[in-house]
Amino acid sequence: MSDYFLEVKNLTKHFPLNNDLISRLGGKTRTLKAVDDISFFIKPGETLGLVGESGCGKSTTARLITRLIEPSSGSIYLKDDDLLSFLPERMLDVRKTVQLVFQDPYSSLNPRKTIMQILSRPLEVHNLAKGWTAKRRHVLHLLRLVGLGVEHADRYPHEFSGGQRQRIAIARALAVSPQLIIGDEPVSALDVSIQAQILNLFRELQEEFNLTYLFIAHDLSVIRHISDRVAVMYVGKIVETGTVDTIFENPKHPYTHALLMAVPHADPLKPPPRLTLQGELATPVDPPPGCRLYGRCPIATDVCGEVSPELVDRGGEHYVACHNI
Amino acid sequence: MADPVLQIEDLGVRFHLKRGRLTAVERVSLTVNRSETFGLVGESGSGKTVTARAVMRLVPIPPGEIFQGRILFDGENVLDKSEAEMRELRGRKIAMVFQEPMSALNPVFTVGSQISDALRTNLGMSKKEAKERVIELLNLVGIPSPESRYGNYVHEFSGGMRQRVMLAMALSCNPSFLIADEPTTALDVTIQATILELIESMTERFHMSLIFITHNLGVVAHTCDTIGVMYASHLVELGTKNEIFANPLHPYTQGLLNSIPRLDTQAKFLTPIKGLVCNMLEPPQGCKFNPRCEHAMDICSQEVPPLKEVAAGHFVACHLHP
Ligand SMILES: Nc1ncnc2c1ncn2[C@@H]1O[C@H](COP(=O)(O)OP(=O)(O)O)[C@@H](O)[C@H]1O
Ligand SMILES: Nc1ncnc2c1ncn2[C@@H]1O[C@H](COP(=O)(O)OP(=O)(O)O)[C@@H](O)[C@H]1O
Ligand code: SF4
Ligand code: SF4
Ligand SMILES: [Mg+2]
Ligand SMILES: [Mg+2]
Repeated sequence: MSDYFLEVKNLTKHFPLNNDLISRLGGKTRTLKAVDDISFFIKPGETLGLVGESGCGKSTTARLITRLIEPSSGSIYLKDDDLLSFLPERMLDVRKTVQLVFQDPYSSLNPRKTIMQILSRPLEVHNLAKGWTAKRRHVLHLLRLVGLGVEHADRYPHEFSGGQRQRIAIARALAVSPQLIIGDEPVSALDVSIQAQILNLFRELQEEFNLTYLFIAHDLSVIRHISDRVAVMYVGKIVETGTVDTIFENPKHPYTHALLMAVPHADPLKPPPRLTLQGELATPVDPPPGCRLYGRCPIATDVCGEVSPELVDRGGEHYVACHNI
Repeated sequence: MADPVLQIEDLGVRFHLKRGRLTAVERVSLTVNRSETFGLVGESGSGKTVTARAVMRLVPIPPGEIFQGRILFDGENVLDKSEAEMRELRGRKIAMVFQEPMSALNPVFTVGSQISDALRTNLGMSKKEAKERVIELLNLVGIPSPESRYGNYVHEFSGGMRQRVMLAMALSCNPSFLIADEPTTALDVTIQATILELIESMTERFHMSLIFITHNLGVVAHTCDTIGVMYASHLVELGTKNEIFANPLHPYTQGLLNSIPRLDTQAKFLTPIKGLVCNMLEPPQGCKFNPRCEHAMDICSQEVPPLKEVAAGHFVACHLHP
């Protein structure tokens, strides 16, 4: 039996850019390495926070795990099962175990369906409630779980605020009693006072149902708050992973360090944010060999431009991918 | 000595919409001094952008209406000026940087020609002078190889570089007053950090006053001297940065600070503000915050609390602090 609820090994997703102008002019296909050989695990009942700047491959990772897209290579294990070997029928079972909540509750809820209809749908697909009364009872239970009431059941998505819509999206994910919820920036579009309510809701539900979370965010304070362990991504690679305290108090990778220095604390007594890296984000399109941070990194040496560093186990569940640590 | 450049007095802005009348800014008064950085914070829809646009006289009328108040810039009421005088003011003295640079820059002209056109119109420069100045400006805001970037279009710049272009455009006419409306909200933190540093160094170097609009209290904690907190069209608290963070008095400001997850420690649960922001078409009577406030009293649903000075330079609009 695996100790892990989810384990991802050498997962890779490359998008060939054969139709863009530069590829056509150059006469060869360029490759966008959205996710490039990443490995991580999540233990049952814990929250892994996945953090990184936009375009680094967080959503692609989420979509790969839910098999909304197929990987170029690598493997994904759900407990002891090799997820990628599953035929479509078995994937229906996996969809019951793993649920995805997106950033944008506006586009993920059908505007023409009532909340009752939206929340009944997964019950029908997975055959979880038969007959109108059973469905309605189940839906009202779901609404209560996320802090909404009976009075909301027959309304349409546009009648709700952003935070309420996110509650509805969470209720829909909960409908099938999943064990793993992947939140792809589920609080990023919300104002802070509402964000705090939704973060608390995620916590309460985790305690009540012993849920495992893969929680994606670009806001480091959200990651610090919600995670047990953290994986930091940069341009398709995981550069460092460790417990939340290790990552925030004793980060080793120059990129993790730079991210933390760049966040403004809501406290004027703390040092002001500043950037310790040179230049701008590297491109994932045909990246040169070597470390993705090469060219921006203040401690780079020659080897960094040639060999891509592997994640090395530093003990205590702390892994760092850097030649000079 | 305080040297006020901008004085907003009792400003009220509303919109006449099909769905009803929406008051976006109500009884807002604030002062920005020379070389001061003023942070205007509040959650979305609280009226920050409308306040800024009123100063620039860029509120669309109709459906908008500035129904009361004065906006004194260098002692003169902006609201009394002609459109020609306003164009002059906007070109030369007050500049604004918008959250979404794509909406402020024209996609069909090169970035360089847009800024140089503005220079030629506003400052009467020759074509050659203007081009030289633009390259100087692009260099100033940290755009690498500005000579070759002069002929690029907006879509050829990354988000962070677009914001630099916006800033170059804003600085082009040597404004003494800059309004930056959420200039870093759409940017990643590392890019945000460089843009914040850039804005800070520019305002210092050119002795500019700045209104910095954001919903991120982390950002104002480091960039601003004075902070104004808005909630549902009202300015509810105003004070120095240190005072607001060390001694927030308005229940909304307190709630906002408690809602932010901390970077230095981990708490299991946060302390959010209960409930939702009110519907601005049918706002509650009295204090707009009363349905969400833990301290609400009878008077709170009857009378709007005025903004009062409770300590030197610290203003609060709350019946707890009469
Ligand atoms: N279907 C696709 N085709 C081509 N490129 C893609 C596709 N989906 C994502 N990408 C690219 O992959 C990279 C990672 O994207 P994404 O996973 O969405 O990043 P994140 O969620 O971290 O912002 C980006 O450069 C993005 O443009
Ligand atoms: N042009 C407009 N027409 C109608 N309503 C508007 C317009 N501009 C702003 N509003 C309304 O005014 C209120 C304040 O908006 P705004 O100043 O943009 O908020 P903030 O910048 O604090 O997020 C909101 O309720 C918004 O919907
Ligand atoms: S491998 Fe080299 S370039 Fe990459 S982070 Fe480490 S020191 Fe920097
Ligand atoms: S006036 Fe009343 S309702 Fe408003 S913030 Fe103060 S105590 Fe709360
Ligand atoms: Mg994403
Ligand atoms: Mg705004």
